[in-house]
Amino acid sequence: MSVLVNADTRVVVQGITGHQGTVHTVQMKAFGTKVVAGVTPGKGGGEVEGVPVFNSVAEAVERTGANASVIFVPAPFAKDAYLEAVDAGIRLTVAVTEHIPFHDMLTMYHYGRLHGAKLIGPNCPGIASPGKAKVGIIPNVVFRPGRVGVISRSGTLTYEIVNGIKEAGLGQSTCIGLGGDPVVGTSFVDALPWFEADEETDLVVLVGEIGGTAEEEAAEFIQRKLSKPVVAYVAGRSAPPGKRMGHAGAIIARGRGTAESKLTALQNAGAEVAKFPYEIPGMVAERLARLPRR
Amino acid sequence: MVKLAEWRGKELFRTYGVPLPRGKVVRSPGEARAAIEDGEVPVPAVVKAQVLAGGRGKGGAVRFATTAEEAESAAAAILGLEFKGEKVKELLIEEKLALQRELYVALALDRSRRVPLLMVSAQGGVEIEGVGEEAILRIPVHPFAGLAAYERRAAIAALGLSGPTARSADQLLGALWDLFNREDAELVEINPLAVVGDGVVALDAKVIIEDDATFRHPQYADLRDDRTPLEEIAREKEIAFVQLDGDIGVIANGAGLTMATLDVLKEFGGDPGVFLDLGGTDDPKKVTEAFLLMAEAHPRAVFLNIFGGVTRCDTVARGLVDARRQIPETERFPLVARIRGNNEAEGLAILRAAGVTAQNDLKEAVRAVVAAARAPANAAGTPR
Repeated sequence: MSVLVNADTRVVVQGITGHQGTVHTVQMKAFGTKVVAGVTPGKGGGEVEGVPVFNSVAEAVERTGANASVIFVPAPFAKDAYLEAVDAGIRLTVAVTEHIPFHDMLTMYHYGRLHGAKLIGPNCPGIASPGKAKVGIIPNVVFRPGRVGVISRSGTLTYEIVNGIKEAGLGQSTCIGLGGDPVVGTSFVDALPWFEADEETDLVVLVGEIGGTAEEEAAEFIQRKLSKPVVAYVAGRSAPPGKRMGHAGAIIARGRGTAESKLTALQNAGAEVAKFPYEIPGMVAERLARLPRR
Repeated sequence: MVKLAEWRGKELFRTYGVPLPRGKVVRSPGEARAAIEDGEVPVPAVVKAQVLAGGRGKGGAVRFATTAEEAESAAAAILGLEFKGEKVKELLIEEKLALQRELYVALALDRSRRVPLLMVSAQGGVEIEGVGEEAILRIPVHPFAGLAAYERRAAIAALGLSGPTARSADQLLGALWDLFNREDAELVEINPLAVVGDGVVALDAKVIIEDDATFRHPQYADLRDDRTPLEEIAREKEIAFVQLDGDIGVIANGAGLTMATLDVLKEFGGDPGVFLDLGGTDDPKKVTEAFLLMAEAHPRAVFLNIFGGVTRCDTVARGLVDARRQIPETERFPLVARIRGNNEAEGLAILRAAGVTAQNDLKEAVRAVVAAARAPANAAGTPR
């Protein structure tokens, strides 16, 4: 068992004929993912990197048994792409697309919820479980199968941390990049229970950043319900208030969303807090060594 | 964020049917005088600087006038003022209403619940951050159901309104809801919302439109925000660029990594002056463009931190070396690079060959750039 994705995951790539869609179709396949279909309205009938292209998600699902999707379509069309996927019966979608208006995301989130569908992102690198499947764009080279779960709001920083875990001789169970937008389909409190239930995860690395209160809510969950150890890091200690730091969601607004607030909450909840990202692999190794033998 | 000046927010309010005082936008003392003389704005009147920063009343950017002459001299006093770094170019001159009470109403995003949030308080006219939690009613509104009648009733009860004033407020809440959604607003705030006679009137307007939605609203795309000129250029080039108070420029790929780099830099005694997130690109042209933009901020030193996952370190390195060549010898600043990941060895070799201090250890690289920024011999960079 892993979190959300496994050997049965069959991916349809929405926007497969675009540059990103094509590049990452190749990468997902190289990871070992079953990429069974692509969708670009109006371009059905062709093939991209050996993957059949359909005009609609419904058609792709019917013909290939796809059960997960990844969205690369441009922001103005992303909402439509997600609603289409949900209506076609897809229950797991990763939205890589950046700059989706949050009003669109509100519709996407609640529509998916109504149908019991899960959405990761938008503006996110997606999800990967080494040896099983990857839905999204996290680079293949950083992975190695193992027992560390990773949940993060950032992209490249996550790659660096995941890579550090590999270089420390450890590996990952599942890694989820939640995305840097103010409204995300999956937040820490949604994902933590999945890792708690996952038998292949011994420890969770949580990578947060300034903006919003997702880390504070995660801290409450960790304190009350999480039995597994957590190593946490929060980026943006030196960020000034009122400025968006690269991510739409990374902003300290009206005194809320500071790194201090998040770090304090996580520390009080019993998480081990790293001051710098490069400390994480060592802290993980040390904490794992202290775990009772299974 | 596209922050609308008060008068633009009020123009929007007008199209949605939100009651407003009679007023006019003026750009010279003569226009202010004429607005009163021609009877477009009744006296007593209030003359308000149209700047984006808050605290105008205390800051001398709001004045009162009972005659056309007073309006003219008030306008002369405010126009051209620099208010919190912003030059006053426009004024809103409005009738000063006899108000009974001041209330607070806002619609914003609740990130945790992923719904719009209606906030109301009977304690308006003061900074909402200073109002006690118990005095603010927060109503999460489901985006599919919209702002329901019972939710509006609850808000109106919390505002302490009844009779015709309650009906006026009910209409206003409906209008704000429509505006928030149709205009893709991040924030719609009225503070104060005044009770005048039998109705409510919006005395101020704070409207923020979401940047990412401007493809649906091209009329907002050209409005300047409170960005610096360099931040504005960066936005056009789709580079995430934030100017800070320090003197070391930081370029990294990915928002999280860039923020983390600032944190490490600060911890080791450096003072970040620019946050530049390259994003997922390894297009050498984009790297060059970003680097040249950084140069315009005149940092004392620049730190580049790249993790090559999808990005290839060697192509980033090539773009960087190319950009450095385009900067005149006299304006060059020390550059320290730390790169890891894809094609790391090739990237390091390219940088070192070009005379750039480059390594793969973050701590060492940060120490090097802090030392370079502090070196007295470094006369190339000038602090801002």
